[in-house]
Amino acid sequence: MIDLNTVWFGLVGVLLVGYAILDGFDLGVGALHLLTKTDTERRIMINSIGPVWDGNEVWLVTGGGALFAAFPEVYATSFSGFYLAMMLVLVTLIFRAVAIEFRSKREGKTWRQFWDVSFSAGSILASLLVGVALGNIAWGVPLDGRHEFAGSFFGLLGWYPILVGITTVALFMMHGAIYAVMKTEGGLQNKVRGWVNNTIIFFIICYATTTFATLLYVPHMREQIAAYPILFLIPLFNMLAIANIPREIHHGREFLAFLSSSISIFFLLALFGVGMFPNLILSNPDPANSLTIYNAASSAKTLKIMLIIAILGMPMVIAYTTSIYWIFRGKVKLDSHSY
Amino acid sequence: MDLQLLSRIQFAFTIGFHYLFPPLSIGLGLFLVIMEGMYLKTKNELYHRMTRFWVLIFGLIFALGVATGIVMEFQFGTNWSTYSRFVGDVFGSALAAEGIFAFFLESGFLAILLFGWNKVKPRTHFIATILVAAGAHFSAIWIVVANSWQQTPAGYHLVQFGDGMRAEITDFWQVVFNPSFIDRITHVYMGAWQAAAFFVLSVSAFYLLKKKHLDFAKSSMKIGLIIAVVASIMQLVTGHSSAITVAETQPAKLAAFEGHFPAEAPAGAYILGWVDDEGEKVSGIEVPGLLSWLLYYDTNKPVTGLKAFEPEDRPPVNLVFQSYHLMVMIGFILIALALLGVVGWKMGFLFKTKWLLKVYVVAVLLPMAANQLGWIVAEVGRQPWIVYGLLRTKDALSRVVSTTEIWLSLILFTLIYILLFILFIYLLNAKIKHGPAGLLTEQGGQRA
Repeated sequence: MIDLNTVWFGLVGVLLVGYAILDGFDLGVGALHLLTKTDTERRIMINSIGPVWDGNEVWLVTGGGALFAAFPEVYATSFSGFYLAMMLVLVTLIFRAVAIEFRSKREGKTWRQFWDVSFSAGSILASLLVGVALGNIAWGVPLDGRHEFAGSFFGLLGWYPILVGITTVALFMMHGAIYAVMKTEGGLQNKVRGWVNNTIIFFIICYATTTFATLLYVPHMREQIAAYPILFLIPLFNMLAIANIPREIHHGREFLAFLSSSISIFFLLALFGVGMFPNLILSNPDPANSLTIYNAASSAKTLKIMLIIAILGMPMVIAYTTSIYWIFRGKVKLDSHSY
Repeated sequence: MDLQLLSRIQFAFTIGFHYLFPPLSIGLGLFLVIMEGMYLKTKNELYHRMTRFWVLIFGLIFALGVATGIVMEFQFGTNWSTYSRFVGDVFGSALAAEGIFAFFLESGFLAILLFGWNKVKPRTHFIATILVAAGAHFSAIWIVVANSWQQTPAGYHLVQFGDGMRAEITDFWQVVFNPSFIDRITHVYMGAWQAAAFFVLSVSAFYLLKKKHLDFAKSSMKIGLIIAVVASIMQLVTGHSSAITVAETQPAKLAAFEGHFPAEAPAGAYILGWVDDEGEKVSGIEVPGLLSWLLYYDTNKPVTGLKAFEPEDRPPVNLVFQSYHLMVMIGFILIALALLGVVGWKMGFLFKTKWLLKVYVVAVLLPMAANQLGWIVAEVGRQPWIVYGLLRTKDALSRVVSTTEIWLSLILFTLIYILLFILFIYLLNAKIKHGPAGLLTEQGGQRA
């Protein structure tokens, strides 16, 4: 009853969730980076994500690969259609990556300041662009009869996608702040705790605004939930998970707060997925041209082969991701191997 | 400039820049396994310092490989979306496998390799090193599978889809083991080992000339020479085998290697030459019958030439010819340099012969150049096809991207890559100048 196309809709979703939870916190740490002032504090921030950010970004690379493989039409239409936006994403990712690598290799003040700004601006812009992309996909973009993008770059900067973009930045900042509390101690930790409270407030305001905007102006996102009321549990769990974050923070249980924040990211994306299903890119104004999990997919044979690859590969990926996080658990201690 | 040319320039430029890094990280991966293995076996601190030093260099190279690699994945979709629609069903599986089997492995264990020295036991660290090296080698497999499929498509059928045709997979293993895959992956591996070996030789020779870190430099040099000899000689074998496969599967490309125009005639090989594409003539120093002999061990056996193909089905000849000849010439020089080094080592003049050490310092540029040239031969030689015999390059572009947009992105990448290249060389130079001293004792402070 569940076909391969639906399974792959779910699996691409899993990769996206993995990316948002994992790279989400390191983008968030980057977004908050400039709030720290001393060099040691900044090094602690970078080193809190030092051993793991690269692996986190692989979720994006693999998600892109899976999208290419499972739904080549979506990959082709969105990447070529959003050409300049994609180039911007690449620039932010390049600068972010080399900033982490280069920053602490030289002593100079200007050198370090340049890379600090690159790291932080790259992180904020990358989060914003990911959110804007999701916002556009939810709102719908103009597609022609050949499923090619028929809009323009500036057409992608509507108020709703930008709202979703800002919400994403707020979400990652909150998520990153909670992560940073787990990795820091002493004075820096107290400072980070303050950010957690502020980012939670910032996120909840954005979240509420986006929710109302979606309900009022993007009604197709709630059709599935209206049709299957059991799905109402998703936004319910989502709200519970978000509400639980300040509670855990209040009791000083940072890890549980982080878990809660991760769960809320999962439910947010689940909500997005349920709203979109079975569309992958909604065509607006002409919904007949939409790309769906059927007209955009690879052959059943390819989907099956990739499912085997995923079933073989994912347990290994989860096993070593877990062990890396276990090995690098605890507070950041700067030493000669640190960035 | 038209859309096709601009898109090709952007792809060529970004892949050329990207490919400075993966061969070094693949090859250095092998070196790290050897060095750390020797440390665990002998407990000699020298090997420990060696491993530490090359891990730092590896980290820098790896970071640039990652940063420039994402650009490549994106470009299939941004600039070559019609191609992506055509090959997605076949090509996608390889790309997904690359992510799941190789990139996660590589990037995950890289954390232990770089930052785990004091967090895990030496044996666990060594396992991480092996897994990173394995991950680097695996990642080459899948991308070469995909590229080889473009050269010699197999295990697919053509299906009407939407408003066009696309290739769909019929047999996964035929796609993976397509006719050119084995030759090409071994050729890529040996090219990577050569690049890393001559890189290690270069840095070691530099220290010997400066009379610094002598034990370190001599030991590194010996390991480098052994790998250099093995890889350079093996490269002759894989190169020869590749050429025979190209003759069978892509005869127009093979003919372009030697500028062989007659439709069916015994063919010679040029030591040096210049091809007049228009006049369909080659002038240069030719060894008659050599190409026929290399391919069939018979100087009189005819080889299919470029005139057997319609002009619109032929690759640009002179560019392929020159790149191919330069690559082969470098191949022979590398064999000579590697063997000379071993002789010098055994006879005891290697470490004191200044001019020879100076040659090794600059020789690192040769395998780097040969790797670039080899890809020019492979990819320009495939033209005018993007998927050989199935899809033309001009029909593979994105339909909605304008020349203005590509100009913008091309200028952007050019500026960023120039900046990255300068910074890379600057930091690499700083690391090499700093050398392996103090890597074990230093606590706190700046990362060496």
